[in-house]
Amino acid sequence: MAQEIIQLLRTPGLNHFLIISGILFSLGVFAILTRRNAIMVLMGIELVLNAANINFLAFSRYTSGTLDGQVIAIFVIILAAAEAAIALAIVLNIYQNFNTVNVDEINKLKD
Amino acid sequence: MDLYIIVFYLFALITIVSAAVVVISKNIVYSAFALLFTFFGVAGLYVLLMADFLAITQLLIYVGGILVLIIFGVMLTTRVIQVDMRTSAIQTVPAVIIVAALAGTLIGMFWSTDWPMAPASQAFEKTTPKIGEMLLTSYLLPFEIASVVLLVALVGAAMIARRERKAS
Repeated sequence: MAQEIIQLLRTPGLNHFLIISGILFSLGVFAILTRRNAIMVLMGIELVLNAANINFLAFSRYTSGTLDGQVIAIFVIILAAAEAAIALAIVLNIYQNFNTVNVDEINKLKD
Repeated sequence: MDLYIIVFYLFALITIVSAAVVVISKNIVYSAFALLFTFFGVAGLYVLLMADFLAITQLLIYVGGILVLIIFGVMLTTRVIQVDMRTSAIQTVPAVIIVAALAGTLIGMFWSTDWPMAPASQAFEKTTPKIGEMLLTSYLLPFEIASVVLLVALVGAAMIARRERKAS
């Protein structure tokens, strides 16, 4: 049993990358669920997107043998950049209007 | 092959530990800087997955672009002068339960599934020419749509973030 575990740890393969991405995804979801600061929520979203990208690349490398997963990962990065820009613009606007960026205090559509 | 294992665990450790710091740290500036190391670790994992172009793209766009944007957001929305950088957390206990269940389910599913493995070639091949070719052949339409999305996001972000000018 111990031998098997050591052997498993010595051969990083698809499952190892998938588990890293699973942990990263869970940490991102934790940040989204618990943090009050809207920018921290954005950081959680970035962690989740990175976890998804690791999955795309791992499957592209180990199960398909083509580069389709890498191209999809590029589109994910493009959308992440667009999302970060828009979301930060919205957060700045909220800060100007409410003087806070805590997501649980922003509960009015208008002043 | 031994070096590969060492580097894999090094990057895995950097990624997971700094992501945990991002999530747990109370100081939002510490979180932003820990996010830098997370992105570096993920770029290293991309290299180990033989995605050289993606690794460089990750460094350029995430570290050079998105992280700078996030730090700008931190600077503009936190009262730097009053050293009020602390951010609090809410609903910690239910979130821990939900996230633990989520992580357990994901990892159990990853272990128990018998993925269809293709014979992975050990030799490294340059991916940039192939990705460029695919972007201009089979992925041409998504590529063009992505360019329009970026333009719209650019205009939209500038439009949303600018201050309202008083009508004179």
